[in-house]
Amino acid sequence: MNTVVAQLQRQFQDYLVSLYQQGFLDNQFTELRKLQDEGTPDFVAEVVSLFFDDCSKLINTMSRSLERPENVDFKQVDSGVHQLKGSSSSVGARRVKNVCISFKECCDVQNREGCLRCLQQVDYEYKMLKTKLQDLFNLEQRILQAGGMIPQVNIS
Amino acid sequence: MGMVTESQFHVLAVDDSLVDRKMIERLLQKSSYQVTTVDSGSKALEFLGLRDSNESDDANAPSSSPVTHQEVEINLIITDYCMPGMTGYDLLKRVKESAAFKSIPVVIMSSENVPARISRCLEEGAEEFFLKPVKLADLTKLKPHMMKTKLKKESDKPAKEDSAVLKPEIREEEASVIKIVPLHQEVEQEPVLSKRKATKEVISTDRSRPKYNDITTSV
Repeated sequence: MNTVVAQLQRQFQDYLVSLYQQGFLDNQFTELRKLQDEGTPDFVAEVVSLFFDDCSKLINTMSRSLERPENVDFKQVDSGVHQLKGSSSSVGARRVKNVCISFKECCDVQNREGCLRCLQQVDYEYKMLKTKLQDLFNLEQRILQAGGMIPQVNIS
Repeated sequence: MGMVTESQFHVLAVDDSLVDRKMIERLLQKSSYQVTTVDSGSKALEFLGLRDSNESDDANAPSSSPVTHQEVEINLIITDYCMPGMTGYDLLKRVKESAAFKSIPVVIMSSENVPARISRCLEEGAEEFFLKPVKLADLTKLKPHMMKTKLKKESDKPAKEDSAVLKPEIREEEASVIKIVPLHQEVEQEPVLSKRKATKEVISTDRSRPKYNDITTSV
């Protein structure tokens, strides 16, 4: 039984580390994990869930704003990007945040094409991250169900 | 857990972003503070009992003690800078202009590092300016500011504990520099201020917490 847990824990650790290494997550995600404890075992999952909801909503709004070439509300888009950048930064969603940086630049110069590309990219990135984190959370569940504890993983 | 509520600090957190609200709430809880979160400056004022209108409260009004203020004592306000409607800066100003609440320490958070913005806030009376994303370690800077208001209140009361005897001279807001040093040492010995089990609430026993000796002097 112990080896099963140890194996799962190892898997979890490796997977998490790979997410950092591949740039999906940054140090802020580590900070997020610090806030979770026995009293709040679902904290990270809850926050990232809110984040993904945010992504979805904001992407929809920005998409509408960018829809008609003759009538783009760049202020609206800028506001959306600002919010997205903020929340991605807060949860450690590094790739999403980085796209937002480029997105903002396109917005600043009112480059609709650029904005559309960034919008597409941000959509891709958040969905990708969502899948990855879901896999991570599933691993956590398996560890817990096997009677083990989620390892503290130190990323430096 | 045997917490004595009256020795706990209560923070009012203001942020229009739901994700950030959840974060700051958890950060504060993890640091053993009681938290109330609101999503706008006007809601914050409402919570405090200040009206969100042109009338400046208390300054000129003859008899004005906001009713809600009696129910909840706020020891610190931490607010996002960029919010639609009333910005964190606007909120800061309103609080500092209010006779009833100007002694409440206010901390501003912002995702943007704009020096002019930072100095503007500090000049207006903000105690700290945190760059987002805010980390657990940042929150250790809050304690001294909250202690200052607590001490003031304690020494105003009849001394039923040792606390009142402690540092009666620390009342002035500008004494932040003086305060930081002695309190810095005391943080590890919480019982001095509130002898009961409140110790546990302020010094978290969580392993992953940064130690208090990481406190840097506030501005």
